[in-house]
Amino acid sequence: MWQFFHKLGSPKWFFGIANRLMPWLLAGALILLLAGLVWGLLFAPKDYLQGNSYRIIFIHVPSAFLAQSVYIMMAVAAVVTLVWRMKLADVFVKAVAPVGLLLTFLALFTGAVWGKPTWGTWWIWDARLTSMLILLFLYGGVIALGRAISDEKSAARSVAVLVLVGVVNIPIIKYSVEWWNTLHQPATFKLTEKPSMPAEMWVPLLLSVLGLYLLFGWLACLRMKTEILAREQRTRWVKDYIQAGRA
Amino acid sequence: MNAEARPAVRPHRNLVGGLSAMKAVFARDLRVAFRQRQDLLNPLLFFVMVVTLFPLGVSPEVSFLREAGAGILWVAALLSVLLSLDHLFRHDFDDGTLEQLVLQPQPLFLLVLAKTLAHWVLTGLPLVLLAPVLGVMVHLEGNSIWVLCLTLLVGTPVLSLIGSIGAALTLGLRSAGVLLSLLIIPLYIPVLIFGTGTVAAAAEGAAVGGYLALLGAFLMLALTLAPFAASAALKISLSNA
Repeated sequence: MWQFFHKLGSPKWFFGIANRLMPWLLAGALILLLAGLVWGLLFAPKDYLQGNSYRIIFIHVPSAFLAQSVYIMMAVAAVVTLVWRMKLADVFVKAVAPVGLLLTFLALFTGAVWGKPTWGTWWIWDARLTSMLILLFLYGGVIALGRAISDEKSAARSVAVLVLVGVVNIPIIKYSVEWWNTLHQPATFKLTEKPSMPAEMWVPLLLSVLGLYLLFGWLACLRMKTEILAREQRTRWVKDYIQAGRA
Repeated sequence: MNAEARPAVRPHRNLVGGLSAMKAVFARDLRVAFRQRQDLLNPLLFFVMVVTLFPLGVSPEVSFLREAGAGILWVAALLSVLLSLDHLFRHDFDDGTLEQLVLQPQPLFLLVLAKTLAHWVLTGLPLVLLAPVLGVMVHLEGNSIWVLCLTLLVGTPVLSLIGSIGAALTLGLRSAGVLLSLLIIPLYIPVLIFGTGTVAAAAEGAAVGGYLALLGAFLMLALTLAPFAASAALKISLSNA
């Protein structure tokens, strides 16, 4: 167990694992996303209230879902960075922060597009929307702080502290629709209850959420690999790797 | 900057407890600040000026000011706290006092807490005391002014405490000022929402107890957690320098 844990901290070992894992992640992501989106966008039944405009849910919900869970993953990695000083955890935070920013933006953007036909407005200062906007700012702050500090080690730990401080926002986003009675509808999925929509709607949604998770996994591996190559450029194995690629 | 005018942290014997070390740091920070009075006045002047901008820039109508007044005062207070945060550790960082503080046998988070409290007494508290005057200038009605002062009294320490984390994180960086605002403003937003929400509720004649309790909860949370985060960040920033 501990040996596994130590191995996990080794960039070289991760590099090998990522290489083997990535084709599977990408294939799974493409299959699930294709299935979920084609089913959802073309074949799922119309909503009795919102007609066809609800279909953006198949992009909106997965990206909003992932935007939050990426931040939570970053917070876990931040704890690992601070407690065990594991290099790989910091590589993860640095690699996925821009992805999280993009997902949050996507969630806000698709929300705006959805809001126009259903609420009659692009933007409203509702609790859920505002807290997602704060999440966007938090991702921006994490990226900015990471880039401002030149020393790699202290950048890693400073960013970890900031990520942990910002994590207070996640429960606020999660419960904003329940604490404040605002325009945004409550969660589509709950672990403890049966979905209130028909299966033809929630199954494709679930497929696209899982597909986006896999796509994120693939993207995280890709970006972490790049980061590792940049950081370890002076080591023997990276030189060998590049050489092998050229030959 | 005249380095000799700044009293040093007196060396303590090992036996000095955390509380008296806190008192010593607190008293020293106040003494340093009173020897540079202009630094004390600047955030206050800034506060008054930002508030002045709104009637001139948006509308001097009594009805608008009455509705937006609490928000204007809160935003101005938030900005002026933000502006003064850079001073919290900067001078001590530049002249090496901060390293001495880290080396003290007392836990660092207590000393950071003392410094943050001193910062609040020097910037937040004057804002609270000035707020009634500005409240009258933006035509807030009797009861709203007192509720506003109360929310600022509970809210500005939260701003100082959260801000201390950002100030510690950006210590020694070149574009620290802008970065500090970038990191800290998102964390200030909940405080702002509940601070102004309280005044809005009071203006409608609703009960404000719940809102004030939430602000108090923010204060407790910040008081217990922020000094730890700030002292961790300080250690990281110092090891970098």
